[in-house]
Order: sequence, then C-alpha cells, then structure tokens
Amino acid sequence: MRPNRVIAGSIHGFLRVLEHTLESEELARRAGLLQSLDPRVKLLGFLGLIVAAAASRRLEIIGAVFALAFVLAVCSRVPLRTLVIRIWAAAFAFTGLIALPALFLTPGRPIGRLPALGWAVTAQGLRGAVYLISRVETTATLSMLLVLCTPWTHVLKALRVLRVPVVLVVILGMTYRYILLMIGTAEEMFESRRSRMVGRLEAKEARRLAIATAGVLLSKTMQLSGDVYMAMQARGFRGEAYVLDEFEMRPRDWSWLALFLALGAAAIWVGH
Amino acid sequence: MHIPDGYLSPATCAALYAASAPFWYVALRRLKRLLATKLIPLLSVFAAFSFVVMMFNLPLPGGTTGHAVGVSIASIVLGPWASILAISIALFIQAVFFGDGGITSFGANCFNMAIAGSLVAWLTYRAISGKCAIVSRRRVFAAGIAGYLSINVAALLTGIELGIQPMLFRDASGAPLYAPYPLKIAVPAMMAGHLTIAGLAELILSAGLVAWLQRSHPSLLRATAPGAASTEAEAGGFGWLAIRPLLAGLAVLMLITPLGILAVGSAWGEWSPHDFADAAARRQIAAVSANQALPAGVPQGIERLSSVWTAPVPSYAPPFLRSSSFGYLLSAAFGSGLILLAALVADWVFTARRRSG
Repeated sequence: MRPNRVIAGSIHGFLRVLEHTLESEELARRAGLLQSLDPRVKLLGFLGLIVAAAASRRLEIIGAVFALAFVLAVCSRVPLRTLVIRIWAAAFAFTGLIALPALFLTPGRPIGRLPALGWAVTAQGLRGAVYLISRVETTATLSMLLVLCTPWTHVLKALRVLRVPVVLVVILGMTYRYILLMIGTAEEMFESRRSRMVGRLEAKEARRLAIATAGVLLSKTMQLSGDVYMAMQARGFRGEAYVLDEFEMRPRDWSWLALFLALGAAAIWVGH
Repeated sequence: MHIPDGYLSPATCAALYAASAPFWYVALRRLKRLLATKLIPLLSVFAAFSFVVMMFNLPLPGGTTGHAVGVSIASIVLGPWASILAISIALFIQAVFFGDGGITSFGANCFNMAIAGSLVAWLTYRAISGKCAIVSRRRVFAAGIAGYLSINVAALLTGIELGIQPMLFRDASGAPLYAPYPLKIAVPAMMAGHLTIAGLAELILSAGLVAWLQRSHPSLLRATAPGAASTEAEAGGFGWLAIRPLLAGLAVLMLITPLGILAVGSAWGEWSPHDFADAAARRQIAAVSANQALPAGVPQGIERLSSVWTAPVPSYAPPFLRSSSFGYLLSAAFGSGLILLAALVADWVFTARRRSG
C-alpha cells in the first residue's frame, strides 16, 4: 500500500514538531554555558545580537556575530548535527534557493559567466546573495539557540522584561501546551484513518478527510476552550493572570548581559 | 509567506511593528471587554488550533498539496479581532519555538497574515454572505472567496515589503542589503504561488470547514452572523435583500465607469497593432516602459493573434452609439448583468442538484 501524501505528510509534520520539542527540552536541561544564564539575559542579549546582524552593512561583522553564535553553541553543548541539519541546512535550502537568481538578475559589474547558459554573474548580485544568506543563517542560529538552551516556560516568563502584558504571557504558555495536545490528537486521528485504509485515497476523498479532520479538531477546540474555562473557574480564576517571577540575576548574569549588549552595540556601530 | 529574519531591514521591521501595535492594542481591549474571563482559554486554544491546522497537508486539484494559514476560518468563527490575536499568537510560537518566520520580522508577518488577512477575510465573508441563512450555500462560497482573497492580500503585502528593500537599502557598491529583488520581480513571484497553490489551499480549507460546520456545528457560525436565519426557508430563497449593499455598490461602480475615458493612451501592455504603427502612441509606450527600444514594426505575434477574435463591442463603445460615456455605462450594465445571470444559473443548478440528491 502506498501511503497517502495527505495522511503521511501531515503525520510526518506533526511528529517532526514533537521531535523538535523533545530535543529542545532535552538540550535545555543539559549543563552548558547558555543553559546556566538567566533567561532574561539570553532574551535581551540575543535580541541585541539579532538586531545587530540584521542592521550590519558589512559582511565581516555579520560573520563575526555568526562566529560568536557558533562558539556559544559549542560552549552550550549543542550538537553539531543539530546545528547543521536543523538550522543551517534548513535555512540554506530555503534562502539559497531564493538568493540564487539574484546572482544573475541583480544589475551590476559582471564577474563571470555560467558555463553552458552564458548568464552573467554580477559582483553586486553575488554580494547581495551573500548578505542575505549570511544574515539569515546568523539570525536563525541565534534565535534557535535561545529556545534550544532555555526551557520554553522560562522564555515566556522572560518576555515580561520586554513589558509584554501578563495576560499575553499566560495565553502564550497555554497555547504552547495545547499545541502539543492538539498535535497529538490530530496525529491520532490521521493514524487511526491510516490503520483502516486499504489502497490509496482519491484526491477528492483525501480533501474530504483533511477537511473533516480539521472540522473535528475545530469542534474539539471550542469544546476544550469551554472545558478549560470551567476548570479555571473551578480553581478560583476571576480574570486576573499572574506569572511567578522566580528569576534572580547574579553578578555573572549581569556580566554576560553587559557583554552581549556591548557586542551588539559595537557590531551595529562598526557595521554601519 | 513567513518572512524570516534578514529579509527586511530593521527600519521596515520597526515600521511594521508600529503599524501592527494599534491593532493588537484595540483587539486586546475589545476582547477583554467582550469576553472578560473567557478570553484566555478561548484565545489559547484557538491559537493552538490555528497552529496545528497550518500543518495540514491539503490535496489540491492538479495533484499537488498545499498548506493553509487558517486565517479566514479564524475570522469567520471568532470575528476579526479575536482572529488577529489568535493568528498573531500562533505566528509568535512558530517564529520563536520552531524558527518558522523571524523574530525581527514578526511584526511584518503579523501585519500581513494576522491583521490584513483577518480583516480582509471578515469583510469579504460578511459582504458576500450578508444575512443569508446559516446553512446557505452562499456562506460556503463567501468563506472560499474570503480565504482566497485574504491569503492573496497577505502575499501582495509581503511582496511589496520584500520588493521595496533593494530600492531603499543598498551598500556602497550597489549590492542589495536585504531581500534582493525589486517590486517587479518580488510581487509576481509571491503572487504566482499564492494565486494558485496557497490561495487554493486556503479556499478549500475555508469553504470546506464552513460546509462541514453547517452540517455538524452550525452554532459555531452564529457569532459572526448576527440576525442570520437558521434555514434557507426562513431567509426566503436566494435573498436578494441580503445582498442589497453589494448591489448598491455595484450600481455606483457602473455609474462612475465613464471616468475611465479621462485616462489618455492605452493601458500598459494592452497595445493594439495600430499603436505600434502610430508615432505618437509609440512615444507614449516607450516613455512608460523605461525608454526601452520598441520593435521597428508591429510584432508578428500581436499582428497574427489580434485578428483571431474580434470583440462584438470593441473598446466598450458599441458602434451604434455616439456618446462614449453612455457606451461605457451600457457596457458596464451588460457585463455585470451577464455575471449576475451566470451566478443565478449556477445557484439554480446547485440548488436543484442538492434537492434531487
């Protein structure tokens, strides 16, 4: 039996999210440099470095921020395989494909020609493509390092330092939990259908199946929303949301925060 | 559609965060007032649903598959303000935890998909469905069009944001610092995929889910359809009264069609063989085409194909009329009438098939 693309593709997507989530949780528990820092330091520091990489107009500065991110990843015991497959290859596959035509389409000084086709590669096109790819790789590495080395609940609580309203922090936390729950539910629905299938679904039937699954999930969503609301009320919820603030900045955290922000500011200043 | 970090300049990102902020603020205030304590569970759970539904592989006609954003169904079930927040939350989790979309470009992604997408979807759905019955076919049609339009408006905005980058941000050598393609490449490149695959996926998901809800949980369609009848019989057939605002708008558009006469010259790309033979028209074509050199004579393809079909009413001006303004009006009325007639016939066929089935 050939697995149907609708069912197999959706199940594959769900399992990949669950796999990434488990991997992130496992990495966040490891003993490493970034894992030992206060989540607020990582959030603010990495935000500064991401903005620096995005704002820089010099390739060597973007390269230096990328090198810093790599060193931080190694010191935080993030496996090279995770960096290469989950971040770099994924970002390169997407952005590389987008940047490739820019080599030929960007007007400028020709520096070579593509064999056989004879298309001219311009210096400006090459530089533009390298800007785009290096920026995307650097910012993707930094943002993924943040979640790979910090439990998600801590990332969300750290958002308070950016003045994100408590109610949104609570909603984000609950959303994350229910995403995992619903992915499990959707995966079970598709899996149960696959286990009852012989042969291959016609496109129309597959469409009907996907819509019906989404519909059932939507109905369950609304029902779940009511159930969660009742449960919250039963526990005394009256509309006020609170977040426990158990973080404590140590001198070491302040030093790292100062270092990250200083490096980010220097990168922006030199990069311009 | 999810713009990663590095494609937009920090200035563009900041501008789009600033543009999104008032919508988030108003949405949060309105929902807090309307939902009170129900806000947290409803938004959390629906954002989770939006996230999961974005991962569904939808089979499309032609053998390919696509992913929908689900912005239209969120607007239809929750209304535009709750949809703005639910989709924004789903986009945030995608960007921060799964690296799908950037952190600096989060404001831009929310502006395109969550805000513009939700508002376009809701306005389209309400305009087309009017007050027709909850179980009416027109709601399925409205949801499909709302889904298709919302995703394409979001794609257009994304294309524009990407396309203005090389105009505004280049280094000293002239190399683009961010997204490298100008508007004339970025917009068609974005739209090509969304007018076909992604738009179709959104259309199928939105229309399919509304049809499913009509059969299984019609109550979920009530929130954004106040005053709608439960059955077709209650609503009274086709319900011309319900689409009165649409018909009025159409009439106004018909009346102002003679404004088109004010424009001089041919529309870009709509040149006739005569334009290539006329010296003044050739100068106009060159002026609006970045002074590109025109072929010496009439291009052979245009000359050959222009005689394949001769329109019965060329240039919206029936030959028997002296007034071109009246010709425009008549053409608008005739064209709109044909479309309405086709819609009536399609509605009659679908209704007859449903009754017989």
